[in-house]
Amino acid sequence: MHLTEIVNGQMKKIDLCEECAKDKGVTDPQGFALADLLLGLGASSEMESVSSELECPTCGFTQADFKKTGRLGCSTCYTVFGEPLEGMLKQMHKGTQHVGKVPKALRAKLDITKQRDSLAEQLQKAIETENYEEAARLRDQLKELESVASVEEGS
Amino acid sequence: MELLDFLTPSDEISANGGPEDHVVLSSRVRLARNISGVPFPGRAKKSSREESCEAIRPSVSGASAMRGGFSSGMGDLKALDKQLLVERHLISREHAAKGGGSALVLNKDETLSVMVNEEDHLRMQALLPGMQIKQVWQKIDRFDTSLEKKLEYAYDASYGYLTACPTNLGTGIRVSAMLHLPGLVLTDQVNQIVQAVTKLGHAVRGLYGEGTEALGHIFQVSNQMTLGESEADIIERIHKVVLQIIEHETNARATLQQGKPKELFNHIGRAYGALANAHIVSSKESMNQLSLIRLGVKLGMFDELKTSAVDELFLITQPAHLQQLVGEKLSGEERDVHRADLLRSRLSGVQGPQVSE
Repeated sequence: MHLTEIVNGQMKKIDLCEECAKDKGVTDPQGFALADLLLGLGASSEMESVSSELECPTCGFTQADFKKTGRLGCSTCYTVFGEPLEGMLKQMHKGTQHVGKVPKALRAKLDITKQRDSLAEQLQKAIETENYEEAARLRDQLKELESVASVEEGS
Repeated sequence: MELLDFLTPSDEISANGGPEDHVVLSSRVRLARNISGVPFPGRAKKSSREESCEAIRPSVSGASAMRGGFSSGMGDLKALDKQLLVERHLISREHAAKGGGSALVLNKDETLSVMVNEEDHLRMQALLPGMQIKQVWQKIDRFDTSLEKKLEYAYDASYGYLTACPTNLGTGIRVSAMLHLPGLVLTDQVNQIVQAVTKLGHAVRGLYGEGTEALGHIFQVSNQMTLGESEADIIERIHKVVLQIIEHETNARATLQQGKPKELFNHIGRAYGALANAHIVSSKESMNQLSLIRLGVKLGMFDELKTSAVDELFLITQPAHLQQLVGEKLSGEERDVHRADLLRSRLSGVQGPQVSE
């Protein structure tokens, strides 16, 4: 255990074995708070206590593993650690929403989702304004789109 | 096939010039990709890494762009082979440390290279000489799209391509240009440039990437942010920055030639003198002196020396290339002697730098 203390500009270095360190009470769990803060992790101690229990159900990765390696274990980790990651990503990148390339296969799926959402919205409006003719037309379109989507998903 | 039989000979690979190669040595784009539902290589056990490597490798080596290429497991390559690949910028130093469960695939002319199970399942790069940032992006974009049909990438609608390290998240793109900046170093302007580029959110590194020294006045400029910005925008920003640096470097060289010709000729003359006559040359010294000779060639001071010959010396005086050339494993001290022998034999016969005053 190496302890470096800087007090009033004076740097002191002490080397201790783990047991002595425990005895003297220098195992300071908050000691790394600054590093965490810089990384955007554990910005509030409240989140720290919640997120330290996080563990990825797919690969068993924990927040402690992430702190140690700076890497994530698998795709699912991004969902599991989403909350503490968000702050870090904000500092690291231009934004937190991907605006670049989309794999072709997904592009078609995403397009259908978007169309479906937009149609559903229009349909809701048509019903609210009691424009039933329009509503029926939109409902048929939506049905058609859903049948296309299910065929594609099945293939 | 053995790697040595496949790799383009050093003199041929050095003969490939490119646009603006008085400053831009090479342009590169790499993409990080992972396979959906498979733990990232760093997390996976060896058996599972071997499994994913076996599953991914055929899709990569079987791609039409890889026809006539080279493919090997990292465990099947000798230590010297791996180091050669690092010196050619075809694999990272991290990948060179890998064994079974990781692989490498190269295309025929070594402009495309794919590392399987480095930090991510796939790290693919396109590399071209000179200022060809947009061309390398098109090349790797096309290749990436062709792999999409065979491999299901880990992708998230809001986070984009998922990567082991959050610094690569989103586009997974790293665009970089290798720049030769002796003019800016000699005029003490390079720190200003580095600071300005860093402020723009880009990274400046040494010859072999992260954590390496800027030997031979060579600097790598690359983007740092990968999320929240499209590939096209990232490419465009780096492209602009590099064009600016080219202009500054060109101006610095002109300033030296006009304002301090004696100082400039002194540097180049001494570099030639040292390498044409020395008997012990470290790789650090050889890179720094060759850099000055390259500058002299580009300024028209050497009638009998071509840029490609200097670039070849740059490559074959690197530790692995030198050992391959000599044909045996050499200690550091032995390398310094062989390096000096090689440089003397190539340089002492050619006319020294000529100064037209």
